[in-house]
Amino acid sequence: MLEIKNLHVKLEEEDKAILNGVNLTVEAGAVHAIMGPNGSGKSTLSYVLSGRDGYAVTDGSATLEGEDILDMEPEERAAAGLFLAFQYPVEIPGVGNMTFLRTALNAQRKARGEDEISAGDFLKLVREKAKALKIDADMLKRPVNVGFSGGEKKRNEILQMAMLEPKMCILDETDSGLDVDAMKLVADGVNALRDEGRAFLVITHYQRLLDHIKPDVVHILSEGRIIKSGGPDLALEVENNGYEGLKAEVA
Amino acid sequence: MALPQPKLDTLEARLASLDLPNEPGCLAPARADALSRLHAAGLPVRRDEYWKYTKPDTLTAAEVTPAALLGEVEEPIFDGIDRVRLVFVDGVFDADASDDPALAGVTIERLSDVATRDIHWARDLYGVLEARGQSPVARPLAALNTAFARDGIVIHATGKAVRPVSLEYLHRSETSDALLHHLIKVDGGADLTVLEDGPAAARFTKVMEVDVAPGGAFHHVRAQGRDHERRAATHIFARLGEAATFKTFTLTMNGVLTRNDVVVELTGDDGVAHVAGACVGDGDFHHDDTVFVTHDAVGCESRQVFKKVLRNGAVGVFQGKILVKQGAQKTDGYQISQSLLLDDDSQFLAKPELEIYADDVACSHGSTSGAIDEEGLFYLRSRGVPEGEATDLMTLAFLAEAIQEIEDQRLADGILARLQGWMARRRQAA
Ligand SMILES: Nc1ncnc2c1ncn2[C@@H]1O[C@H](COP(=O)(O)OP(=O)(O)O)[C@@H](O)[C@H]1O
Ligand SMILES: [Mg+2]
Repeated sequence: MLEIKNLHVKLEEEDKAILNGVNLTVEAGAVHAIMGPNGSGKSTLSYVLSGRDGYAVTDGSATLEGEDILDMEPEERAAAGLFLAFQYPVEIPGVGNMTFLRTALNAQRKARGEDEISAGDFLKLVREKAKALKIDADMLKRPVNVGFSGGEKKRNEILQMAMLEPKMCILDETDSGLDVDAMKLVADGVNALRDEGRAFLVITHYQRLLDHIKPDVVHILSEGRIIKSGGPDLALEVENNGYEGLKAEVA
Repeated sequence: MALPQPKLDTLEARLASLDLPNEPGCLAPARADALSRLHAAGLPVRRDEYWKYTKPDTLTAAEVTPAALLGEVEEPIFDGIDRVRLVFVDGVFDADASDDPALAGVTIERLSDVATRDIHWARDLYGVLEARGQSPVARPLAALNTAFARDGIVIHATGKAVRPVSLEYLHRSETSDALLHHLIKVDGGADLTVLEDGPAAARFTKVMEVDVAPGGAFHHVRAQGRDHERRAATHIFARLGEAATFKTFTLTMNGVLTRNDVVVELTGDDGVAHVAGACVGDGDFHHDDTVFVTHDAVGCESRQVFKKVLRNGAVGVFQGKILVKQGAQKTDGYQISQSLLLDDDSQFLAKPELEIYADDVACSHGSTSGAIDEEGLFYLRSRGVPEGEATDLMTLAFLAEAIQEIEDQRLADGILARLQGWMARRRQAA
C-alpha cells in the first residue's frame, strides 16, 4: 500500500535535516506503528507524506499503491486515498463542521469521477458515524474544531476518517490528550475501519494506544531514521526500557 | 472664509456641468441651502482629512470617466423574494419597468413629483439629515446631491411593510452621471426593508436620508453592481429616535471606485444601529467605507462590522468613528474592520476612531489585516478540497461575520450566492 524508500527530508528554509533515510513498507490490511522520542521526526514524516509546505525532499521516494505521491498536491493525495489524522487539528473559524465534511467528501468523489452525495444520504451517514464517536449535533454545527476540547478534536479527526474512508490512514499521536474513555472511542473507531483493503500507520509516543489498536509491526524512529522494527512486543520493550535504552542497544 | 483656489476651480467646473432644477416646488429652499453649504465647503480634495486614502478627482470632475457596461445580464440578486421593484435606468426612474408602487402601510412617491406637490414631511426632511451630517466632517458630494438631484424615491412607512421595497439600478450608458436622492421616513411602530441592487451609472452620486421615529425599524440591504469601471459616492444619513432600529448591510464587488459614507445619529434612548459591509476586490478596485456613528442618548447600541477581501492590487479603506456625546451613558459601541489580503500587492488602510465624552460606556474597536491562514488551507486540502475551493471557503468564512449582520436569512442567502458566483468566476478564469 505505502512504500517509503530512503526518504531524506530537510526544512525548506534552513539547512536542517529531519529525516535521514526512512525505509518503510506498509501492506494493505496491516497496522504499523511508529514510536519515537519527541523531535525524532514522526510528525514530519506524516506531513511530508500528506504534502504540507515547508519541507524539501532531498532524496528517496514514497508511493501509494505504486503511485509516486511526493509530486502530488495535498488534495490529490487525499483523493488517491491518503489521510492524516493531525497531531494538532486545525481550527477554522467560520467554516461549519458539516459544510467542511460535505465539501471534502464531495471533492474527493468528484476527483474520482463519482457523483456528489445527496444531502439526505450525507446527513444519514454523518449522523451514524458521529453517533459511534459520541459526537453530538452541536459539535457538527460548530465551526471546524473551534472551541473543541483536545479529545473532541481527536474524535473529530476520526469522524473525518470514517466519512472519507481512505485507503491509507496515518494517525499522528491521536492518543495524546485523551483520557481512557476517549481513547477507547477512538480505538473503536479505528478498529471498525480495519479492513483488508486499508492500511494504518499509527504514530504514538506511548505504548498504551497500541493496547487498543493492535499493530502488526512496530518501528522505532530516532533522529530521522528507523532504528529498529519488530512485532508488538517491541512497544512493550520501549515502555519498560525507554528510548535511550533502545538507542544504546542498537548503537 | 474663501476657498483655496484648487477647491474653487474644482467646484466651479463641476457646477458648470450641472443644471439647478428650475422647479417652483417645495424643495427649492432646501436646494438653495445645500448649494450654499457646497459653496462654503468646496468639493473634496486629497488634502481633506477624510480623503487622504481615496482620490476624489473622478468623483468631483465635471466630466464623467466612461464606464463600460458589464455586457452580461445578471440575475437580480433578490429574485425569488416578493418585493416592490422600482427600476432606475442610469439614474432615471423607469415607471414602465417598475412594479405598481402599492404597498400596505407604506406610501411611495417619486421625488420629482414631491417637488411640485407640497408634501410636508418630505419638505421638512429633505436635506435636513444631510445638513446635520456635514459636521464635524464636511460631506460636500452629499450637499451637491441635495442641490441638484432631480430623481429619487420618497417612502413613508406608517405600518409594518409586508414586502421590501427594492430599488434596482440599471447601467445602460457608458457616460451616465446619475444623482439620486431618496427620502425615507419610518413612523413609530412601522417596519420597512429597503433593498438596492445594481451599478446605477458610470458615475453615481447618491444620498439616502432615513428618519426612524421612536419605536420604528428600518432594514437595508444593498449590492453595488458588478460593472468594473463604475464609480460611486453614496451617502446614508440616518437619525434614530427612542428605541428605534436601523440596520444596513452593503455588498460591494468590482467597481474601480466606491466611497460609501454612512452617518448615523442616535438621538433617543435605547436605539440600535448596525452598519455592516462586505467587499471583494480584484485588481483595479478601490473601496472606501467611511462611517460616523454619534451616540447622543442613553443606552444605545451601535455596531460597525466591515470585512474586505482584496487581491491583485485592490485597495480597501475603512474610516470609522464612534462619537459618544456627553450624557450618552450606557452606550454599547462596537466596531470591527478587517481585511483579508490574498496577495502582497493589495492594501488595506484603516482609521478607526473613538471619541468619548461620557464615563459609563462600553466601546471597543479593532482593525486587522492578514493573509489567508496557511494552516487552515492545508488542513482543508489534506481532506481533498482543491486549493481554489479551499481558499474560497476560508474567504467566505472570513466574510461571515459581516453577512450575519443581515437579519433576514433569505436576503443573506442572496448575498452569499452572489459572492459564491464571484468566486466561482475567478476560479474558472484562473
Ligand atoms: N516547520 C518546522 N520548522 C522548524 N523546525 C521543525 C519544523 N518541523 C519540524 N521541525 C523540527 O524537526 C524535528 C522533528 O520534529 P517532528 O517531526 O515534529 O518530531 P516528532 O513528531 O517526532 O516529535 C524537531 O527538531 C523539530 O523542531
Ligand atoms: Mg509530533
